[in-house]
Amino acid sequence: MDTNKNGYTLIYATVMVVIVALMLAFVSGALKDTQNANVKLDKKKQILKSLQIDTEGQDADALYNKYIVKELVVNSKAEVLSEKKDEAFDVDVNKELSKKLEVRRLPIYVANVDGKTKYIITLRGTGLWGPIWGYLALDEDRNTIFGTFFSHASETPGLGANIADPPFQKQFIGKHILSDKNEFVSIAVLKAGQATKTQEKVDALSGGTITSKGVEKMLLNCLGQYDQFLQQPTSGGTK
Amino acid sequence: MSKLFSDKTKQVFLGPLSKNNPITVQVLGICSALAVTANLKPALVMGISVTVIVAFSNVIISLLRNTIPNRIRIIVQLVVVAALVTVVSEFLKAFAYDVSVQLSVYIGLIITNCILMGRLEAFAMANKPWESFVDGLGNGFGYAVILVVVGIFRELLGAGSLLGFRIIPQSFYDAGYMNNGLMMMPPMALILVACIIWWHRSKNKELQE
Repeated sequence: MDTNKNGYTLIYATVMVVIVALMLAFVSGALKDTQNANVKLDKKKQILKSLQIDTEGQDADALYNKYIVKELVVNSKAEVLSEKKDEAFDVDVNKELSKKLEVRRLPIYVANVDGKTKYIITLRGTGLWGPIWGYLALDEDRNTIFGTFFSHASETPGLGANIADPPFQKQFIGKHILSDKNEFVSIAVLKAGQATKTQEKVDALSGGTITSKGVEKMLLNCLGQYDQFLQQPTSGGTK
Repeated sequence: MSKLFSDKTKQVFLGPLSKNNPITVQVLGICSALAVTANLKPALVMGISVTVIVAFSNVIISLLRNTIPNRIRIIVQLVVVAALVTVVSEFLKAFAYDVSVQLSVYIGLIITNCILMGRLEAFAMANKPWESFVDGLGNGFGYAVILVVVGIFRELLGAGSLLGFRIIPQSFYDAGYMNNGLMMMPPMALILVACIIWWHRSKNKELQE
């Protein structure tokens, strides 16, 4: 058969595209539920990692239910909108970030680690090549950082991708996101040697400047939404 | 077995490991070699993924080779590779989520890897499925070997570790040793690859121009 005829080429291309499209649609449809379950489980693992709980080889669902005692949805004025289970978990933070601050629904996970209350805040931002995200756990004083977890979709391996590694994340532990005057100032991510007057700082990644800046901006944007919540007096507050 | 591994097939498999290496001799897949070799682990993962994908897309193209219209053959090859990579990544997402998270950066790099197009066009379009499969494996391994060597050097000298484990002891750092930050930058991969090519050509005189 002559495979160089226009008709043959056209038919070949059409048939190929239809077959491939059907195959991809079928695979994607058939696997959707399993994939969604995996994504949910992974989110729970990430939240637990911000509390520095090792989920390796353990039932993350059980650990999550053990440590996370409450899931809250609040607004920017720190009024609690919902305490129902799974409602905070299902909030799409990326969508909320594109709304006006007043109408955003902000999830807070309340955890209990060894009898102490921790608040976990969801972070979403952009790095150099794509989205970056994370979770940040605060102590009961809503000021001291208890632990962080960062991850990314496609930052450069060995450079920006190091935000997902413990050496970078451990730097945040014990830092304060409020100033001495109890104002929200976030944390600066700076080159070693640089410093700011008002903020506490962590070292940026060499070769990953834009990703580091992305982390700094993400902290400022996402924690900033909780301004009112952070400054609420707490029972055991240090200020 | 004797038929499966005839002299020609053996040559097809062993060639890419040295005399016809995809990176050092064919100079294919350089871009991804620069991108993923800052650490050893992604280099290994990328090497394995490319081996699997190039072997199987070679088989598929080889089976279709007599039906593919000449004028759109590149498009057909691209569709096969992209479909294969997408299906594999969907399955990984469903059944091996952790692996798929690890691979997320590389999915795109695999599809656009020049080795795939190069082998499909140069070998699979003209050879039987079994030979094509072996050719895919050989080229994948040839690619992986270079990636691993470059990855070892860059991670060891750039971060003092291998696969994330510290290799250079703390006492060295206390004595004034410092990690070479330049090793983490892509240009260093290019220089390392060039050194490998240099060594390789000095060993194989017939490759010198």
